[in-house]
Amino acid sequence: MRLEIIPRGARSQVWTYASPLLAIALTLATTLIIFLLLGKEPLEALRVMWIDPLLTKRGFSELFVKAAPLIMIGVGLSLGFRANIWNIGAEGQYVMGAIFATGVALYFYDVESFPIWLLMIPAGILGGMFWGAIPALLKTRFNASEILTSLMLTYVAKLVLLYLVVGPWKDPDGYGFPQSRLLTSAASSPHLIPGTRIHVGVVAALIVVAIGWFLLSKSLLGFKLKVAGQAPRAAAYAGFSTKSLTWLSLLVGGGLAGLAGMFEIAGPIGQLTPALPTGYGFTAIIVAFLGRLHPVGVLFGGLVLALSYLGGEKAQIALGLPAAVTMINQGILLFYLLACDLLIRYRISLPTRKVA
Amino acid sequence: MALAGGIGSGGAPSAQPLLRLSGIVKQFPGCLANDHVDLSILPGEIHALLGENGAGKSTLVKIIYGVQKPDAGEIIWRGQAVDINSPSHARNLGIGMVFQHFSLFEALTVAENIALGINDKKLRKDLTARIVEVSEAYGLPLDPNRAVHDLSVGERQRIEIVRCLLQDPKLLIMDEPTSVLTPQEVEKLFATLRRLASEGCAILYISHKLDEIRALCEKATIMRLGRVVAECDPRQESARHLAELMIGASLKAPIHGRQADAGAATRLVVRNLSLTSDQQFGTDLKQVGFEVRAGEILGIGGIAGNGQNELMAALSGETLSAAADTITLDGVAAGKMGPDGRRASGGCFVPEERNGHGAVRDMTLAENALLSGYRRRGLVQIGVIDDSRTTSFAGEVIRGFDVRTTGPKAEARSLSGGNLQKFIVGREILQKPGVLVVAQPTWGVDAGAASAIHQALLDLAAQGAAVVIISQDLDEIMALADRIAVIAGGRLSPAIPVADATIETIGRLMGGGIESGLEAAHAP
Repeated sequence: MRLEIIPRGARSQVWTYASPLLAIALTLATTLIIFLLLGKEPLEALRVMWIDPLLTKRGFSELFVKAAPLIMIGVGLSLGFRANIWNIGAEGQYVMGAIFATGVALYFYDVESFPIWLLMIPAGILGGMFWGAIPALLKTRFNASEILTSLMLTYVAKLVLLYLVVGPWKDPDGYGFPQSRLLTSAASSPHLIPGTRIHVGVVAALIVVAIGWFLLSKSLLGFKLKVAGQAPRAAAYAGFSTKSLTWLSLLVGGGLAGLAGMFEIAGPIGQLTPALPTGYGFTAIIVAFLGRLHPVGVLFGGLVLALSYLGGEKAQIALGLPAAVTMINQGILLFYLLACDLLIRYRISLPTRKVA
Repeated sequence: MALAGGIGSGGAPSAQPLLRLSGIVKQFPGCLANDHVDLSILPGEIHALLGENGAGKSTLVKIIYGVQKPDAGEIIWRGQAVDINSPSHARNLGIGMVFQHFSLFEALTVAENIALGINDKKLRKDLTARIVEVSEAYGLPLDPNRAVHDLSVGERQRIEIVRCLLQDPKLLIMDEPTSVLTPQEVEKLFATLRRLASEGCAILYISHKLDEIRALCEKATIMRLGRVVAECDPRQESARHLAELMIGASLKAPIHGRQADAGAATRLVVRNLSLTSDQQFGTDLKQVGFEVRAGEILGIGGIAGNGQNELMAALSGETLSAAADTITLDGVAAGKMGPDGRRASGGCFVPEERNGHGAVRDMTLAENALLSGYRRRGLVQIGVIDDSRTTSFAGEVIRGFDVRTTGPKAEARSLSGGNLQKFIVGREILQKPGVLVVAQPTWGVDAGAASAIHQALLDLAAQGAAVVIISQDLDEIMALADRIAVIAGGRLSPAIPVADATIETIGRLMGGGIESGLEAAHAP
């Protein structure tokens, strides 16, 4: 039996939204099989990974803490991806935002009366924008692929981070550990709900979603990005400059990644450490596509992927699974998502054969 | 004029035609691509298939090569009626084809690429040696071990030719082979083709480059609007006469009966516009100059690929000029302005391609109205799209130009070609341009939509706009324009009143020969 893939001729509206749901379902089914092969009780394992994390107040709140950076970065990437600007280096921009923010925090280490975290916000955004500006410059000046340059700069950013925490910014009282001083309370983003780690960054992520939605659906800028992505020649005809859209995409994507990095430093992590880059910048790519490159979709995509982080942790503790389980889950999800997106443009049919 | 010349039609009486087509008909939706076409090719003959874009040449050779099936008609191959089902069937018969666009894997070597195209296992043995042998024998130097990505376009074409030659073709079809070659490469290719013909392989050579055909071919079949209009020996004809045959022998008189007002203000001035094309095989513009007055329509004719696309991009601002004063829109030096700035100065533009250039297929008509209308119709305030004004502008275009659609929320791709074209033309006209430049306004559009578009252009000019129509359809230009100029090889001829334009003048201009006297008279 052979399946036939037949072009639909037009994008299917139904499958645009059904594809991520099908991908999630297939991911769950596949992990079920993996658990079976590992000798774990599969339904039990699924419950531990996908439901248990949500049952406690703390767990539920952690979902939003984890989702916040994913959503911020995801919204930024969505805008650029709409215009076919493939910024793969959000991880590096995230690290650079964290570095700039830490720099401000350490400079004002002795100030206690002023909320330093407010100054760290623009510093973080600038750091990310700076790191996004490099691929933008290389792309517009030398036509270098932003996919490669932004990705490679991620490793540069990580090395800068490493240099700082073992060198100039090493905590003098840190027993030689490669990390910066702990940020003071003036440099930490305030917690909003007692008993949880929900902080200002979570609210900031929601604001980013709202602004992203407005830009994409109401502004000329969002329209330009969409036209540039769907029909580059029409964009040239309309007079939308590819150069400025490239700059804009990478600056906004970088700035929001930097903002996410800043809030991680000022929030859950509290100091610059080599453990800062945990792959949020890469996971946010999955978030952006899962959310159909739409800011509101990214909000939901961010929550799903955040749950996969929490579930991964639970699986390590309760089931004794290796830490790689999170990455495996995310990888399977992206795999299925890309596969299911075929259904938007094509339908699959069984050829009807006459029985001889 | 001998149609379907066969045995006894003169020439070489002994030769039986290698290939004879009779009464080939191919109908596409809305377009009769081949209308009872007859063609016969003798062994060892270099036979030109000549015609404008859309004349039906490509459809005909696709039928010969088994890519498409004729609706009616007969194919006789070496005296026997055949039904060619597929390209591989055609290759087995001894028909090879070199396409305009190559299908090669960049990362593989020459030999690997050739092996991929050969089904016969016997041939694959000693392939490398055979490639060297054939390429040396025919003056097509190729190193079988080089990777394709290192090769020039000319060398890549050699791979395709060698691939055909390895299978001992009796007929080789070449689809516009020189459009991607340098003049030196063209010379070498011609030598190879002549050599092949002398060994008995017939060549069907598709082109609209008249000089090449006169230099290379001994017979030409000329097509126009799906029909064979003439057969001749191109060596005996002038380029001008060939062009006349290609564009048709009758020019209709203008239908508008307007008198251009010589005292009206000049709204568009193009002066000394020279541009190097950014496309690898595009046409450079060379010192193009013309003026259009208020209320006047200037038609720019010419055979496709002579700089029309480059001229359109230069006028719309998609390509910027080196100097601001090469293009003046209503007194504003606009040469260095982008499309947005030119629209602000009164220019509106309709590009040749609807899908993906003039309109975005997956966007709604409202969004497509915004695409070029946001500036002149004030659809955006401080960066925010005014949805209601955008929707009502789209509605205005739909009503004013009788666009058959469900409304402004319909996506552009849901419209037929004619309706989308009416929408695009309407969108530009309702912006009340001072200068409108349209390319191929009725390309692939049904007759009803075409006449509506023509009327709209006439009305716009009557209201005082300057209109430029770049079209390959001479009838269209003759029907609408006050003056006509012809673009050939990136140079624009002086504009002459359509009333004075004869088929001879236009044919000569299309053939590339701009009379020196006229040129001198045009110089400022």
